[in-house]
Amino acid sequence: MSTICGGVFTSHVPGIGKAIAQGLQQAPYWKPFFDGLVPVQHFLWREKPDVAVVFYNDHGLNFFLDKMPTFAVGAAPEYRHEDEGWGIAFDRPYRGHPELSWHIIESIVADEFDPVTCQAMLVDHAVAVPFELCWPGAEGFPVKLVPIAINTVQHPLPSPKRCHDLGKAVGRALESWPRDEKIVVFGTGGLSHQLEGGRAGHINVDYDKFCLRNLAPDPEALLQHDTLDIVELAGSQGVEILNWIAARGALRGSVRELASNYHVPISNTAAATVLLENRETLIA
Amino acid sequence: MTADNEDPPGRPQNASDKKGVRTMLPFSTQSATGKRVIPGTPVFDGESAQSGYALNAMCFSFNEKANREAFMADDEAYMARFALTEAQKKAVRERDVPAMISAGGNVYYLAKLAGIFGLNVQDLGALQTGMRLEEFKAALLAHSITERRVAA
Repeated sequence: MSTICGGVFTSHVPGIGKAIAQGLQQAPYWKPFFDGLVPVQHFLWREKPDVAVVFYNDHGLNFFLDKMPTFAVGAAPEYRHEDEGWGIAFDRPYRGHPELSWHIIESIVADEFDPVTCQAMLVDHAVAVPFELCWPGAEGFPVKLVPIAINTVQHPLPSPKRCHDLGKAVGRALESWPRDEKIVVFGTGGLSHQLEGGRAGHINVDYDKFCLRNLAPDPEALLQHDTLDIVELAGSQGVEILNWIAARGALRGSVRELASNYHVPISNTAAATVLLENRETLIA
Repeated sequence: MTADNEDPPGRPQNASDKKGVRTMLPFSTQSATGKRVIPGTPVFDGESAQSGYALNAMCFSFNEKANREAFMADDEAYMARFALTEAQKKAVRERDVPAMISAGGNVYYLAKLAGIFGLNVQDLGALQTGMRLEEFKAALLAHSITERRVAA
């Protein structure tokens, strides 16, 4: 039987990738963010998951406005990161897990979701940066990847409730996966930030703390706002919290926060990293 | 609409009329066509996706280095190839980021163009808010906070 051991939630700012490429992890500007990853790295070394299921948003590497899926599930044998326009391409490939991808697709379509399925896809910094953060070094990644992309680029975006329900459906699929594999779930992006308009640079510490406080014990508290409410509260790109909401939905057991790090600012972003443990709920 | 009576005079009406979030969201208003308007916050929707298509398509092409080089070698020819509108061309020529956004540009794609100009997202922030770069960075640092919890 499969085990879903926990969730990793982290910002994915491209500047973090640049800092990694330049070896700046211990520089004063970056250290308070990178230090927040240490408990996550230890957790992953200890738990040794076989698979990472990653909820993220593509920023214009794989998807363009010609075809913009609301939800897309990767089902490729391998994924790669490529140059996104600023010359950084992480060269470690990501092994896929097509059998699990198709199991998830079968299961969530039976649950009345309608994802786009991708047998060939690139993954952008929203997958690459979290992987570099979690498994630093030059060796291949020790997990197989199933990427699940959520549209946070072109409105209308899916509602927070819909994203949470998608996560729950993926969680049910993972729980019914018959192989003896350990799975970790990722939600990437956020927290509050806005890149465009007269309100560029918007940060909302109160809203971020509300999300961080409720993520483990009461994720449904995050569903009281619709997507435009979240844009108003957290900024146009703060809406990437949808990826966290989906990932949290996939953790259906007994969930406990193991570590949380919130650091403002990284680039234009309120950066955060959260580690949640997911244990099977015992039934008397 | 009774809840409005509790709002102080002069506060803009919130288009969101549900779930008791009004007190948390006093900021947005409603456009003549019924769209929610969040001040200083362009919402990239179907309208922008249509009007900005050519500009965003050009920017999407800059994922490839050869295309960035082709743009740098002859930006006019490159813009013509993607059939940018006159407003879009003018905005690009003048490095006018707010005009690019008004012409339907999406910031994720524009970031690739900005990279060609040697501008990062903090430069873009300064250009759009009318601040100098140092002022924009200082405004971000004004929120400075680090909070860490580790379970026993």
